[in-house]
Amino acid sequence: MTMSTQPLTPEIVSQEGNAMVLSMGPQHPSTHGVLQIMLEIEGETVVKAEPEIGYLHTGIEKTAENLFWSQAQTVIERMDYLAPESNSLCYALAVERLLGITDGIPERARVIRVLFMELTRIASHCVWLGTHGIDLGAISVFFYCFDLRENILDLQEAAGGARMHPNYVRVGGLNGDLPNGFLAKLDAFIEKFPGRMRDLRGLLQANPIFQDRTIGVGILSPEAALEWNVTGPSLRGSGIGYDVRKAFPYTGYDSYDFDVPVRSEGDAYARFLVRLDEMEQSHRIVEQARRRLDTPGPVLIDDPKVTAPPKETIALSMEALIHHFKIVSEGFRVPPGDVYQSVESPRGELGYYVVSTGGNRPYRIRTRPPSMYNLQSVKGLAPGNLIADLVVILGSLDPVFGEVDR
Amino acid sequence: MQSSTIKKNLYNVGAILKGLSITFGYMFRKRPTIQYPSVKKQHAPRFHGLHELRRYGDGQERCIGCELCSSACPANAITVIGAENAPGDRVSPGERHAARYEIDELRCIFCGMCEEACPTDAIVLTPRFEMADYRRGSFIYDKDRLLVPIDAGVGAAPDERPGGIPGDLGRVADIKSTTDVAEGYSATWRGEILKTQRRGLASQ
Repeated sequence: MTMSTQPLTPEIVSQEGNAMVLSMGPQHPSTHGVLQIMLEIEGETVVKAEPEIGYLHTGIEKTAENLFWSQAQTVIERMDYLAPESNSLCYALAVERLLGITDGIPERARVIRVLFMELTRIASHCVWLGTHGIDLGAISVFFYCFDLRENILDLQEAAGGARMHPNYVRVGGLNGDLPNGFLAKLDAFIEKFPGRMRDLRGLLQANPIFQDRTIGVGILSPEAALEWNVTGPSLRGSGIGYDVRKAFPYTGYDSYDFDVPVRSEGDAYARFLVRLDEMEQSHRIVEQARRRLDTPGPVLIDDPKVTAPPKETIALSMEALIHHFKIVSEGFRVPPGDVYQSVESPRGELGYYVVSTGGNRPYRIRTRPPSMYNLQSVKGLAPGNLIADLVVILGSLDPVFGEVDR
Repeated sequence: MQSSTIKKNLYNVGAILKGLSITFGYMFRKRPTIQYPSVKKQHAPRFHGLHELRRYGDGQERCIGCELCSSACPANAITVIGAENAPGDRVSPGERHAARYEIDELRCIFCGMCEEACPTDAIVLTPRFEMADYRRGSFIYDKDRLLVPIDAGVGAAPDERPGGIPGDLGRVADIKSTTDVAEGYSATWRGEILKTQRRGLASQ
């Protein structure tokens, strides 16, 4: 290999004539986090793209093994930080199946879980839409998206206490009922959403620059999508209508009326339209869940093996106090076994394979992060495209690196 | 051929005008932003912010040094060293109280499990969120900074405890300006550093 006489910039790994090996990231703004892509390029055209992952590795799976089943929830929620509820719900469902209490979860808790799953989906898609717009130079969309998302984060804060990691969904139900005034806020959001959605569509959907950048770019054929194990909106943009909510319903999703948007083009624009349609479908589910929230009821399973007694009873009963101490200091025990549970996260099929040896801590929690699989399809999508289009492809796959590297 | 080009251009101009009209329309709507720090966001009562150790109405500390918060904490951020109450000089109504109570706010992930674990509602998370500082050592909050000042008059009598997540917390303690922390910050769990000191306290 002949090296040029002048020193190479750090991004350029090697250079030979028009061919170059270029390191894109991990600080590149359009890689949505800390992704490094080793690019072999010929002029402006990508010959080979190799995503290098692991820059955001936090060891969440390992950390969870050293925590109680209840504590592990707090770190697992931090994997997909844009849609925390999807992580915590999936984990809670898996542990509930191991405990055999799936049927005992109160109806109101199930409704609120669905409500937050869909709200978090809208919030996550808002971030995706905003950042995807920024990648393509449409900066103003970002602010409208984040304003809408802020309303959802306010709802999360009101219910769970934190904007991003509320730790609200628990094994056995929820951490407390919805606070006073929540439903009024939710109603305001439901009312505001359609107008805001019209604006978001108006800003980008027919925009000729946006269309030029996305139509026909990064075409993922249905066969390739299946080979790369792509799930979620990216798969549905390629014409395959697989949605875990419909295929393997959980938390009562089969009782909600919603459609699964599918497009057959398979390009970045199709994925964009699928996600926009999905936000509207999520809004439909939120509306239906809202109507079911008028009936009060318990939100936590009444199972002394799993849940601590209500705090008011601690001062009155010695048994409750001992029980409280035991649950908090030792956690609950989960019967030996293993289970795979998946949910439809905003990015695709999120799965947890949970193994218990009967102790009060998980033996192993293996994640199937949808972003990880979706991201790998860049290897197949990028060759032949321009570097600028690689940015579009990455944005349209919507990876979250907390989840990829975990 | 030419008419289709004109049509396309017209469509493009129309699409851009539509986008611009939306942006322009928002100029006359209510602003979603607030002028922080002169205007501060009102957080929800359940908000997980800076911790606070509460007292009863008579000034006694609620904390009984049971270390449940410490064992519930997924991040190992809390260190409690309990001690017996002296008969003449009670610190808490129970048998024991916390001789030392430290929270490493850099380790804390604000999940709220300490609050749920506390049997006396002593440790609560307040809606305060501004805790930026220049030194790592000043993020270790000890009892001096966590405990509500005695003149704040916060807290109900032991049998009037609120249920579940506390709503109205009363006046929040004025957090004193950061004082020098004698020991430097260490990334290891404070419990390990304090283990030796715990042995020292026990032998006294």
